Amino acid sequence: MSKRVLSGLHFMQGNVACAEGAITAGCRFFAGYPITPASEIAERMARRLPEVGGTCAQMEDEISSIAAVVGASWTGTKALTATSGPGISLMMENIGYAIATETPCVIVNVQRGAPSTGTPSLPLQGDVLQARRGSHGEYEVIALAPSSPQEMFDLSIEAFNLAEKFRTPVFILADAFVGHMREEVLIPDPSKISIVERKIPASGMNFSEYKSCLDEDIAPMPIFGHGFKSHVTASTHDSFGKRNVTDPEALDYYIKCLNNKIRKHKEEIISVDSEVDGSEVVLISYGTTYRAVREVQKRLRQDKINIGSFRLISLWPFPEKKIEDLARKVKIIIMLENNLGQLVPYVKAAAKGEAEVVFLPPRMLGTLHSPDAIVKKVKEVIP
Amino acid sequence: MISINEDLCKGCRGCGLCIAFCPKDVLKMSDRFTKKGVHPPEIINEEDCILCERCMIYCPDFVVVVSDEENIV
Amino acid sequence: MKMVHPLEKYIRPGFLSTTSCSGCGNGIIAQSILRAIDELKIKMDDFVFASGIGCAAWIPSPSFYADVLHTTHGRPVAFATGVKLSNPQLKVMIISGDGDLMAIGGNHFIHAARRNIDLTVVCTNNGIYGMTGGQVAPTTPFGAETATTPYGNLERPFDLCRLAEAAGAVYVARWTTYHARQLTQSVKKAIQKKGFSFVEVISQCPVHFGRRTGAGDAAAMMRGYKKNSVGIKKVKKLKENELEGKIVVGEFVDREEPELCEEIAKMRQRIK
Repeated sequence: MSKRVLSGLHFMQGNVACAEGAITAGCRFFAGYPITPASEIAERMARRLPEVGGTCAQMEDEISSIAAVVGASWTGTKALTATSGPGISLMMENIGYAIATETPCVIVNVQRGAPSTGTPSLPLQGDVLQARRGSHGEYEVIALAPSSPQEMFDLSIEAFNLAEKFRTPVFILADAFVGHMREEVLIPDPSKISIVERKIPASGMNFSEYKSCLDEDIAPMPIFGHGFKSHVTASTHDSFGKRNVTDPEALDYYIKCLNNKIRKHKEEIISVDSEVDGSEVVLISYGTTYRAVREVQKRLRQDKINIGSFRLISLWPFPEKKIEDLARKVKIIIMLENNLGQLVPYVKAAAKGEAEVVFLPPRMLGTLHSPDAIVKKVKEVIP
Repeated sequence: MISINEDLCKGCRGCGLCIAFCPKDVLKMSDRFTKKGVHPPEIINEEDCILCERCMIYCPDFVVVVSDEENIV
Repeated sequence: MKMVHPLEKYIRPGFLSTTSCSGCGNGIIAQSILRAIDELKIKMDDFVFASGIGCAAWIPSPSFYADVLHTTHGRPVAFATGVKLSNPQLKVMIISGDGDLMAIGGNHFIHAARRNIDLTVVCTNNGIYGMTGGQVAPTTPFGAETATTPYGNLERPFDLCRLAEAAGAVYVARWTTYHARQLTQSVKKAIQKKGFSFVEVISQCPVHFGRRTGAGDAAAMMRGYKKNSVGIKKVKKLKENELEGKIVVGEFVDREEPELCEEIAKMRQRIK
């Protein structure tokens, strides 16, 4: 049997690193459907999961893939699915189900050219708002954006930890670049990796004595097969899982608890990488758009221009407070996104007019920003 | 022995299955109303009951229970 | 003198009273299933029940005193596949309706049958979409007037047992709510069968199907099942035109084939 954690230095494809991160985090179930540019995750899981005692299933479509992931999670198993934009669109109803039933799971979206069939092997950051609002109703999500194969590994573990801690689905918003590129990935010794497990009620607990859900501080999850006699439903329910589709009070409570569970704990979830230090101009980036930032900073330093970098590692929940603080410290924010500015309105709203927000896509959508183009923009706007 | 838990009965007007399938005409719709405002069945010929259990098996609402006398708790 | 119903112990405390309509076949099917579990002496805690959306899905949810997974419309088989694959020790039973399992859920149903994963599917077939007010279903008889076929249904209905057999189910049976005792015996066999088992139950929806198509009230519909059902052995002696309007009941398939979870376990051993 292969080692569960392949500690060491590897030259690894991003998608493969994502799969390895999941296995390192304790993932033992994968269900998915082939789609470019995510299929390599399924293929790696198909090979590795049986080696570590897990199960990999290729389902008949993406809808059943996420359904199987939720079912597996309810037996206490950490579960993963991976797809691209078209698959996420199909999965949206059951993602809402996972949110409503507070089911931990990780969903990788290796984003591609879109809308619709689009361009399967070109990257786009086109599904950022979809991750936040793709399902119907009022809810919160957690989404992380890796910028390298190393982060495909690291953030995979982080995603599982957040999913387990907050009993919620977590998105990994990768793209065709980071999914398909090969780079150094350092996998540490397992003793150096922190893994979070979901809380489960003590055995023998009577289901009517404890809250199995809708607890803003996250109820222990009464997984199947332990005699908890759980009733799991995405109909509006109370803290004991009892369905109530009649009273507005029940709907109000249901919505507010599910949302506050995340909102109340935003500071524990939000992750940014901020280096501002007195600069007047700062580049906000996430995912693969971050890759140009270091080179841009180097080139501008040669011209004695110091610009800051503010990278979003988590995209949702959105870091309004941090952006508000940032806007007070700088004069100009340049948003680097490989789309038509999906997060720009959020940044503008958070900035509250304290700094000017400028949007800069790559010259051509579906490509990386060229450092020269960013340098040129900085010099254009710098006060 | 037959027992009828009236509180669970949804009424003979929409249902009446226990009465319809009793081979010995042991049950009939009563004129009374339950708390829910429906007519429950009532036992009229218990001595004719052959313990076939059809009334219990066909009742969708756990209303009718049939048992040998010896098994009553 | 009130006696305790012998199956009450399998019902979630406080949920003995259900929201199903007066005369609905669901309660009869619920009892038949619980009687099967009772006769097999299997603990409810060894089960996971999954159901979709529709009146039939409210058979296990919330009434059954066990782990119950009430899923999105059409998907209980897919959710159940995840449950079973990750904990094959659990007995997984799906109880849902014809619209849920065979219209929106049709694809998941045929693939689970093809995979021969050890699941038991009890499909209540009332020939209509009851919960939403009586719209046409893939099992509604040709010509029937429903809420969405006011001029008569122009589509042929599925024969669900032939569909299950063609997709690869290793145990296939059909009964009606009139055949409650036979249903219990088939459910027992289906639970114990290693592989994908399918039990279809023709069931009365007096409020929508009965009223709209003139089939009558609950008792009339069940008398109709008694009159029109034909046992599978007799069917072989009948001519094609004599089967018009008849409900064929009995066990259609009962065979042994390699089951998916077992094959996965063997594969894990093989690659060591």
